[in-house]
Amino acid sequence: MELFRTTNIDWLGKKWYFLGFSLIFSVLGVLSMLFWHHIPLGVDFKGGTQVRVAFEQTPNEDHIRQAMDRSGVHNARIQRVSDPSGHAANKVIIALPESTATDQSHDAGRQSVESALSANYHDSAFTVEQVEIVGPTAGKQLQKQAWLATLYSLIGMLIYLWFRFELIYGVAAVVAVFHDTLITVGAFSLTNQEITLTVIAAILTLIGYSMNDTIVVFDRIRENLALSRRESLHDVVNRSINQTLSRTVISSGLTFLTVLSLYLFGGEVLHGFSFALVVGILIGTYSSIAVAAPMLVAYQDWRVSKGKSVTLPAGKRAKV
Amino acid sequence: MGKNLAGKSAFIVAVLVIFCFGIVGIPHGGLTQSIKDRIHLGLDLKGGTHLVLEVHVAEALGSATDRDVARLEADLQKAGVVGATVGKTDPSRPQTIIVSGIPAAKLSDARSVLQGTDYSTYDVITTADGNSALTMKVGAVRDLETRTLDTSIETIRERIDKLGVSEPVIQKYGLGENQILVELPGVDDPARVEEIIQSTAKLSIHAVTGGPYESDQTALQANAGVIPPDSMLVHGTGSAGAPDQIWLLKRVSEVEGTDFRDAQPGQDQNGRPNIRFNLTTEAGDRFYKYTQAHTASSATPGSMAIVLDNKVREVAGIQSAIRDSGEITGAFTQQQANDLSLMLRTGALPASISYLETRTVGPSLGAASIHQGVVAAIAGMLAVMIFMLIYYRGAGINADLALMLNLVILLGFMGFTGSTLTLPGIAGVILTIGMGVDSNVLIFERIREELRAGKTAAAAVQQGFAHAWVTIIDTHVTTIVSAMILFLFGSGPVRGFAVTLAFGLFANLFTAVLVSRVIFDAILQKKERGAALSI
Repeated sequence: MELFRTTNIDWLGKKWYFLGFSLIFSVLGVLSMLFWHHIPLGVDFKGGTQVRVAFEQTPNEDHIRQAMDRSGVHNARIQRVSDPSGHAANKVIIALPESTATDQSHDAGRQSVESALSANYHDSAFTVEQVEIVGPTAGKQLQKQAWLATLYSLIGMLIYLWFRFELIYGVAAVVAVFHDTLITVGAFSLTNQEITLTVIAAILTLIGYSMNDTIVVFDRIRENLALSRRESLHDVVNRSINQTLSRTVISSGLTFLTVLSLYLFGGEVLHGFSFALVVGILIGTYSSIAVAAPMLVAYQDWRVSKGKSVTLPAGKRAKV
Repeated sequence: MGKNLAGKSAFIVAVLVIFCFGIVGIPHGGLTQSIKDRIHLGLDLKGGTHLVLEVHVAEALGSATDRDVARLEADLQKAGVVGATVGKTDPSRPQTIIVSGIPAAKLSDARSVLQGTDYSTYDVITTADGNSALTMKVGAVRDLETRTLDTSIETIRERIDKLGVSEPVIQKYGLGENQILVELPGVDDPARVEEIIQSTAKLSIHAVTGGPYESDQTALQANAGVIPPDSMLVHGTGSAGAPDQIWLLKRVSEVEGTDFRDAQPGQDQNGRPNIRFNLTTEAGDRFYKYTQAHTASSATPGSMAIVLDNKVREVAGIQSAIRDSGEITGAFTQQQANDLSLMLRTGALPASISYLETRTVGPSLGAASIHQGVVAAIAGMLAVMIFMLIYYRGAGINADLALMLNLVILLGFMGFTGSTLTLPGIAGVILTIGMGVDSNVLIFERIREELRAGKTAAAAVQQGFAHAWVTIIDTHVTTIVSAMILFLFGSGPVRGFAVTLAFGLFANLFTAVLVSRVIFDAILQKKERGAALSI
């Protein structure tokens, strides 16, 4: 069986569609981050207390809210746990904002939530499954860590690509990856899903994955450039994308399959993580074709217009 | 190629055996038990408590310099320098001691004291107004901080060990932020753990200079409205069952938690519960000097207060001079004597602590997560394997074998290195499956291309691997780079993810490039020259 045996699609000819598509989703995400849901940081980064409670029977959220209010716990965010497969609807996350978890009275929030629950429910009616308390210091530190980890891993990849190819390849790949991250974080903002530590791990994974996809295309471009110096870069890039298309579709499709199974069967604890990967695989695959490769051509056009050099450096020749 | 092939096959089988051993170890008590013993599950999977706490090292620095202030005062007096004031003026700089008001005639005497070996951990500078400023050297401060953190870790470890938690993790955390990570598998009551860790907080013995008083007001009145600068008011019960009272204590402690070498509960000659303790030699000398001057029979009899967590727990008169061993007798019960001696024995924390992060996962949620994660991993892997068989026919078997071997190597790695499998780690496994498949797809698509270009089966395999190899190296190295950075800068679950991902990628490189190749070569060898390849 073979798909896409010989495709001959003019990918670069569609660059304005791609640009429009990317712009719409980036701008939507950015607008949501600025004016609507902002960046919905979870307890990990914002600080605060989060208690996950499993009830024997399906609980009434209003009833829980009243129970909290009666016991003087205000500002609690009560959220039914949603599972893509529809199970475990009798779990509830009760979250208190950062002010309740200062470094001094660390678990005051947890205690008040637990006492509010036991005052209003029979002890056997609920089980506290998970408690997360993050003080403001730790939250800021984790935020910083996440930023640094993302920044450093981008720099690390850029340097490796610079070393293996040429600087422009690295820059194009990093821009594509940045585009993916922006759109994925935008998707979290638009759907108002919390960004937790594991989601950050997922975003870093998607960076790695998108990079992976981009490198496969770039490697083919480099190889083709070395083989046929007379062909225009436009044609080389198009041909390279077409040649790697079956691999792109199969690999991304299969990775998407595994990630989808994680999303569907992995349970609600991994919900955010797998959501980021589902979005990330799609957008990462798209960006290596629609963002990274066209950037190489745009760069060369710019160089030509400056009267510098006509050909894009092929980079260090692949040793075969 | 035939001989080479046999060698490679032997190598692959050896790797397989070694990593199988990594997963199972020396079998005992059934296969599942062996695997459970080798593959450590993270707290998110088996349930437990994860705490991050911060040690307030500045406090330890403050009390170290407080002690040096007292020492310096005594040394200056001994050298005949009278009238100088020794103190710390800036609370934001606990490492700096200011000596002011040195009489001009005594300047050189003072200087020789300050520059003596006793104060070699300080940089001494003379300020414009004739005062001297002693600032603890950066290296000494760092040493003290490290020591404080290490002592805290040791103390917490001993306390946790007494709780009987199996396989606790207690270690430094973060990048130089004076933080400690405590992981307690199976413990789902963090409040109890926090209490036990915190109850060992700061312990010290101070000289009593006044009291007990009924309230802050009476204490002030008794001291003409001013608390002497070298003293402090501390609340406490003094003895079991007594009402809350207030004592005036010397600010500088005579003995601190870290000075205790050992402590045992016992009974005195009258059968009253007491605590026998041993001090370190250095602390013993210090304590001897003080207690000798203040025994009950001396001209200046004194008493001492045991202060725990800024609360007076016991006040006892000094019966006789104490050097490195002594006993504390107070109105306490045997149980209290036991608890107190346990705290002294395990050593009190050298500085107070606060909690930054607490995460608890109940065992049921952990079990559900394992189940779901494993189901998702198996479902994803099966779907991929079936697709590979349908799409690449014969070569699909290569890919599927490589995938399974991948999993064995990955788990074997984890068994050998004792690394922990977390929930994001399972996700890392799934992602590794994805990348492993990608390597095979890259190779197979390349071989198909070469076949389409009219190459023979053998040449197509040769060329396909050669071309794909470059790309596979590039993609894997970039991802390994990001996994390593994740490991360096991430924490907890992110680290678990990075570890699994990195191991998985190394396993991938091995299976995709070597194992898959050997299988192809073995097939080609059996085939007639020119026969078609099933791909």
